[in-house]
Amino acid sequence: MARAVSTQHKTIATAAAWIVALLIFFPILYTIITSFKSEQEAIQGFNLFPSGTTESYTAVEAQSGYFKFFLNSVFLSVGSTILALLVAIPAAWSMAFSPGKWTKDILMWMLSTKMMPAVAVLFPIYLIFRDTGLLDSRIGLMIMLMLINLPIVVWMLYTYFREIPGEILEAARMDGASLWNEIVYVLTPMAVPGIASTMLLNIILAWNEAFWTIRLTTTEAAPLTAFISSFSSPQGLFWAKLSAASTLAIAPILIMGWFSQKQLVRGLTFGAVK
Amino acid sequence: MKLRTLTLGLLSASTLAFAAHAESITIATVNNGDMVRMQTLTDDFTAKNPDIQLQWVTLEENVLRERVTTDIATKGGQYDVMTIGTYEVPIWAKQSWLLPLDKLGDDYDIKDIIPAIAGGLSVDGTLYAAPFYGESSFVMYRKDLMEKAGLTMPDAPTWDFIKQAADKMTDRANGVNGVCLRGKAGWGENMAFLTAMSNSFGARWFDENWKPQFDQPEWKNTLQFYVDLMKANGPEGASSNGFNENLALFQQGKCGMWIDATVAASFVSDPKNSTVADKVGYALAPDNGLGKRGNWLWAWSLAIPAGTQKADAAQKFVSWATSKAYAELVASKEGWANVPPGTRSSLYANPEYQKAAPFAKMTLDSINAADPTHPTVKPVPYVGVQFVAIPEFQGLGTTVGQLFSAALAGQTSVDDALKQAQEAATATMTEGGYIQ
Repeated sequence: MARAVSTQHKTIATAAAWIVALLIFFPILYTIITSFKSEQEAIQGFNLFPSGTTESYTAVEAQSGYFKFFLNSVFLSVGSTILALLVAIPAAWSMAFSPGKWTKDILMWMLSTKMMPAVAVLFPIYLIFRDTGLLDSRIGLMIMLMLINLPIVVWMLYTYFREIPGEILEAARMDGASLWNEIVYVLTPMAVPGIASTMLLNIILAWNEAFWTIRLTTTEAAPLTAFISSFSSPQGLFWAKLSAASTLAIAPILIMGWFSQKQLVRGLTFGAVK
Repeated sequence: MKLRTLTLGLLSASTLAFAAHAESITIATVNNGDMVRMQTLTDDFTAKNPDIQLQWVTLEENVLRERVTTDIATKGGQYDVMTIGTYEVPIWAKQSWLLPLDKLGDDYDIKDIIPAIAGGLSVDGTLYAAPFYGESSFVMYRKDLMEKAGLTMPDAPTWDFIKQAADKMTDRANGVNGVCLRGKAGWGENMAFLTAMSNSFGARWFDENWKPQFDQPEWKNTLQFYVDLMKANGPEGASSNGFNENLALFQQGKCGMWIDATVAASFVSDPKNSTVADKVGYALAPDNGLGKRGNWLWAWSLAIPAGTQKADAAQKFVSWATSKAYAELVASKEGWANVPPGTRSSLYANPEYQKAAPFAKMTLDSINAADPTHPTVKPVPYVGVQFVAIPEFQGLGTTVGQLFSAALAGQTSVDDALKQAQEAATATMTEGGYIQ
């Protein structure tokens, strides 16, 4: 029986949702506002109405070329996501449809690697990268980003695949579908939304990754995180310029997130409602 | 047609040969105004050295320090020139991580480098890093507020005078704090200030046998004076204020006095960013009549890691960036006030610079008042004015900085903070094998 929801409750819930959303979005909004202030305005305390100057953007562009960093970010986030999906889809598939005795433990172990602070393995990783000539290379960083996000990708896909009823696959087999046909014509169409949302989330995670992308790059492979980092200064005024750099860095992913929000929400709420 | 093909072929071949010959050097640096300016002026260098290309990596100071340390310790070879400070140079040079700068050119005039700065960047008389800009610390004060308080700032004030002036200038109802000082925890933040201050109180980090000295009365006097002064006259939330926070407060007219890096003078006197630009006076850092002042010495410098494959090209660049000719280049493009300060005596003898930078003399006097090889009243086994040039100092300095920041915030007492600092320092020095 559907629960009756009064208009008053609806209004309160909507207002609460708006307040929470605004609170969460506020730091980003304020960064964007600050990017349109002069440095002088930026340090003068809280002010929601900037003078609208674009001098920080001009300074940021003049100081370092945005486009090279942007291209690296696109290459690294998309590349590492595709790599991660190539590895994670078969893994999640087998865990969801033919689980073994240790499946649960393997899943937990994979997740546990995310609990270790990244800095703990900085030196070993740095040495491996140095010895294999992967320092400051896009390929090396792409593999690194794929590895650090792999547990989340496997988990998300696993959760999604588990939602697909095994009976459908059985029915396909009963009708004489081969494994190939079963995967291509039955499972894939059903799994596409899940794969898509996993992909989107992983792109965002890879785009925002700031520990390894700063530490394993110098000039050639440096993405937008390194670009932002270069605008922080120990001595001097830099809030407006830093905000402009941050706005430029998050704009592409923010726009992408806006257009794909349905898939994203769906990806984040897998299995939440049965 | 054949001739054309041949010409084109030759041209492409020579271009390729040139490209193959051109060396690219990677320079790691921080996002400070002077460094950013240098990046815009490198056309002059590449015009003079067409076979060398420059690649820049700009990072936040702490990230830069971590990155170059990782790279140099693992011999990663990612950088050919590094921007490092007076803390790293003696330690790294002793580890043979840096190349000696012995090919800076005949017209480099190494003797022109201010002796205090050159001393901080040399080991056994050999220069291991060339100073790009140098700084000390001094008192910046509001002349109008000082006059209103009925006082005159001497050129070389005492700590007692600072206290007296701060008491009179503080007007919290109107948002004016008598004095703004660093409180944010960190070996390069509050401990840079407090270590330099403690020198003028006769304190020292370690005695001649590396025994920590936080249990001595000199440290108690230093910390108690600092906490009392800040509680009575400092801004709200001072324990989280570093250089940039205090700069913002001073520029907004919320500080009567600010004791910090001399490089801040060009910011607070810049009418574009400072509301008090025409009201700022300068004085030497305070003392207590013990023969040492509470000012530090720092130089962002360019050094060449031992692992580089392009030492000659790197040295050419270091020579260009820290030469007299570079100072003239900046002056011709952006005016004398924008020339990197604190490295060469000739700059301070230049009348045009003196005219453009009213704080020039006080900056030079402050730099000359610091002696990194004899920083304290009593003898010490270490080099460094506002730091101790041993590898353990980064970690230990930050731990002690957190304790002192907590004392400023009122979370612990001065006595407790000192007691814990003594324990932490003793543990670190025992572990490091300095003491038994």
